Amino acid sequence: MDKVTVLLLAFTSIVVINNLVLTKFLGICPYLGVSGRIDMAFGMGLAVTFVITLAGVLTWLIDHLILVPQGLEITRYVCYILVIAGAVQLVEMYLRKFFPPLYESFGIFLPLITTNCAILGLCLFLNVWEIDNFAQAAVLSFGAGIGFTLAICIMAGIREQLNFSDVPPALKGAPITLITAGLLTMAFMGFAGMIK
Amino acid sequence: MAANTMTVKGALVGGLWTEIPVLRLILGMCPTLAVTAAVKPALTMGLSVLFVLFCSNIVVSLMRNLLKPHLRILMFTLTIATFVTIADLFLRAFMPQMSEVLGPYVPLIIVNCIIIARAEACASKNGMLVSAVDAISMGIGFTIVLCFLASIREVLATGTIFDIPVMWKSFAPWAAMRLPVGAFITLGLMLGTVNLLSGKKS
Repeated sequence: MDKVTVLLLAFTSIVVINNLVLTKFLGICPYLGVSGRIDMAFGMGLAVTFVITLAGVLTWLIDHLILVPQGLEITRYVCYILVIAGAVQLVEMYLRKFFPPLYESFGIFLPLITTNCAILGLCLFLNVWEIDNFAQAAVLSFGAGIGFTLAICIMAGIREQLNFSDVPPALKGAPITLITAGLLTMAFMGFAGMIK
Repeated sequence: MAANTMTVKGALVGGLWTEIPVLRLILGMCPTLAVTAAVKPALTMGLSVLFVLFCSNIVVSLMRNLLKPHLRILMFTLTIATFVTIADLFLRAFMPQMSEVLGPYVPLIIVNCIIIARAEACASKNGMLVSAVDAISMGIGFTIVLCFLASIREVLATGTIFDIPVMWKSFAPWAAMRLPVGAFITLGLMLGTVNLLSGKKS
């Protein structure tokens, strides 16, 4: 297979087949917390995509150029979290300057992108999967962000409809959201085994 | 967490019932869903979180007067990352198989919302003793929920608990309970049950 095909396959794989939210349980907190309205979900998805791409690429570079040659793997987690926190700070400053309304509506969820498991999770998975090709790492990082956006937007769409439906009182809020998420993962299981 | 200061007793009750993590505060969902396919990894995960929460709460409470507001989250995560590295190395050295099963979910404790939420809501405002008690009760509460969820899933998925068969012979395992579907739906129904129970009381 030539290089482009490999990259395309990696991209599809991380967006639908190994979707971080739906198959690896990463980034569930914003997935449940910010998926109330579709426009906010989309904004959140874009912010996460930006941070995840930046963080994935940077941590891969740091890992391969500094940590492994110097034998400093033990400080890996600390380094990763520093990179992610820095990237989030950048996004926060950018949004506050250029899109104040969006910044206001995110509220506490924006700094909490730092603690979005999807981001740290992706950086760690790049490690576990032993990706040693820079282009592939970059594509996977970007794809992970797109996958997150896809999942959170689908969820927001469903939840907007859910507001009008008759849900048993005990299941209102988080429980019904979780059950919906369960059904959604079942739908996404249909993609499993499509590649490899 | 309206009041800034908490009592030891309040912290104890809070973690174990009134604010039991996962069920009352919808926090720490990722590890809850990911490692609860069987009881053993769930227990290991719960205890690791307990250790990290305990250490980080103490450290954060000791440095609470030095924290600058905008650097706070960064300091929390760095503190937590240090202790998670310790826990990860420990697991790798003494329980290599378990470490293999949990995989990247051990380092993901760093971004477990419960630990950061406790650092923010409790440890950065209270003294060391209260923070330590709070960490222990929250950690135990988290472990209990994890084990409970894991035992439901393990029994239904394989008919065993701790790898010991408990169901009757002709029991047909529900493979779906091992998969993400089982995790989401079981947790959803569990939250619904808790709502139902606490709704009746009040």
